[in-house]
Amino acid sequence: MVSAMEIYMLLPKTNCKKCGLPTCMAFAVGLLGREKKIEECTPLIEEKKYEAKLNKLREVMAPLESASETGLIIHPEKCFGCGNCVVACPVNVAADPTHCGVGLGPQSDKVILKIEDGVVVANNLEECKRFGPGRVLCNACTATCPSKAIEFV
Amino acid sequence: MAICTGCSLLCQDIEADVSDGRLSKAKNLCRKGHGHFQASFSERTFPMIGGKQVDLNQAIARAAEILRSAKSPLLFGWSNSTLEAQRVGISLAEKLGATIDDTSTFCQDSLMESILSGNLPSSTLDDVRNYADTSIFWGADPSNSHPRHLSRFSYYPRGEKRQKSYEEERTCLVVDVRMSATAALCKENLYRVSPGGDAEFIEAIISVLEGKIPRVGDKKKMIELGTLLKKTEWGAIFPGPGLVYSLQGNMEILERLLARLNEITVFKVVPMVGHFNTRGFYELLREKTGHVNRVSFKGGEIAHGPEQSVMAAAKSCDAALIVGSDPLSSLPFGTAQALARLPLIAIDPHRSLTTDAAEVVIPSAISGLEAGGTAVRTDGVKIEFEPIIEAGIPADEQILKRIMEAI
Repeated sequence: MVSAMEIYMLLPKTNCKKCGLPTCMAFAVGLLGREKKIEECTPLIEEKKYEAKLNKLREVMAPLESASETGLIIHPEKCFGCGNCVVACPVNVAADPTHCGVGLGPQSDKVILKIEDGVVVANNLEECKRFGPGRVLCNACTATCPSKAIEFV
Repeated sequence: MAICTGCSLLCQDIEADVSDGRLSKAKNLCRKGHGHFQASFSERTFPMIGGKQVDLNQAIARAAEILRSAKSPLLFGWSNSTLEAQRVGISLAEKLGATIDDTSTFCQDSLMESILSGNLPSSTLDDVRNYADTSIFWGADPSNSHPRHLSRFSYYPRGEKRQKSYEEERTCLVVDVRMSATAALCKENLYRVSPGGDAEFIEAIISVLEGKIPRVGDKKKMIELGTLLKKTEWGAIFPGPGLVYSLQGNMEILERLLARLNEITVFKVVPMVGHFNTRGFYELLREKTGHVNRVSFKGGEIAHGPEQSVMAAAKSCDAALIVGSDPLSSLPFGTAQALARLPLIAIDPHRSLTTDAAEVVIPSAISGLEAGGTAVRTDGVKIEFEPIIEAGIPADEQILKRIMEAI
């Protein structure tokens, strides 16, 4: 996963403030949090000397486009289908305590994570603790994954 | 709801649509189980004699003929069959005066002998979920071998006395030679041992529990481990093949550790057998003969020992019946080579190297999917299941009964 520092290295680093943020580092964090778009950095787009950096930046940012509203990225090819995340997710447990709570597969439709066709899939992401402005940086699903099949941006 | 026979956890909460010849909308199946279900639609076997497709009745008649004319046949496999089929298999061995052995003869037998004889205290996985606050995976990597072990029983679920589960109340430890996928989940509690160093490590734990300074390992870390074990209210040890191989049958040292731990607190050993009904075969054979595997009924007498194992028997027997196993791929070359020279009868739902080399191939239904029955989960709980596909293929049990009648 790309870091804010790696993104910063690919920006003009002039702190021109044209994007509305005080520094390029702040813009890099904004890009990573998907609050800003690459196009908002006008010098990077317009000036020819930054072309190589722009292309590289688009390349490193490409995987983030597949991330969901909460920044969740699932790599199904890495998933073991072990269900650790399904049982550990606090929202899953609250939505289906008699199944997810005790280690069984969920029966409720309100859960976020479930195992389908041998791999994890995410639904109801608006219920995730990472959703919306009052979000909490919960990491129950990523911390319990033995194969790093779940990541957050 | 269906049951998954992909590993010895026998998960019972599986939902799957297997209509129109393919698997779809599968829920709660782990990757291993999903593969197991999907495999039912590919590489199936047909009744064959000498590589030519024949009628099922002809194949059974030929199998009976080979076994009848053999002086010392070997019956091998069994871990992927239901209890009902295993029972018929043991009777068949008795009737033929054959040698019978199972797929785990290389693996967990010494541990299971200790557990079934009561030398090691054991419990069910449901008790582990309800009460355990310390789970130790020793030479085992359940994330790969039993993918839902941690989420269903040993670490993540909430239990009767463990409502806060992994967040506050449970600790997971791994003793292994490598950073396995399971060890990656509890890096701070990984105790690395050198290959074959498990006996020394057990000695070190025993010294720490007795308040002595351990001779091996990081002393500070070992003392921390000792404190953690002493503070445990209800602990469970899950020994995998890594520990069993390393101890080389010397279960006495593990028994000593458990006895010492149980003087301080409660500690149980729950085995992690591989195939779905390995434990069922151990229990049945032990009930009948007093031994978990490697038994010969030659001359009407029960003999047990290394001479009755598949390695030795493959070289001394004159025909072999292989049920639900692929020894030609999985056993060491010398044994596989010796087996391949024999007239083989393979009862298997899937094509394998063994069925390709076999004189007679008899297709069977996949237990759990196409055939019902009973199996014993790795912790000793008996689980009954019904078939979810009507395939019209005879189960292992029916095939073995017909062979027995023909003999």
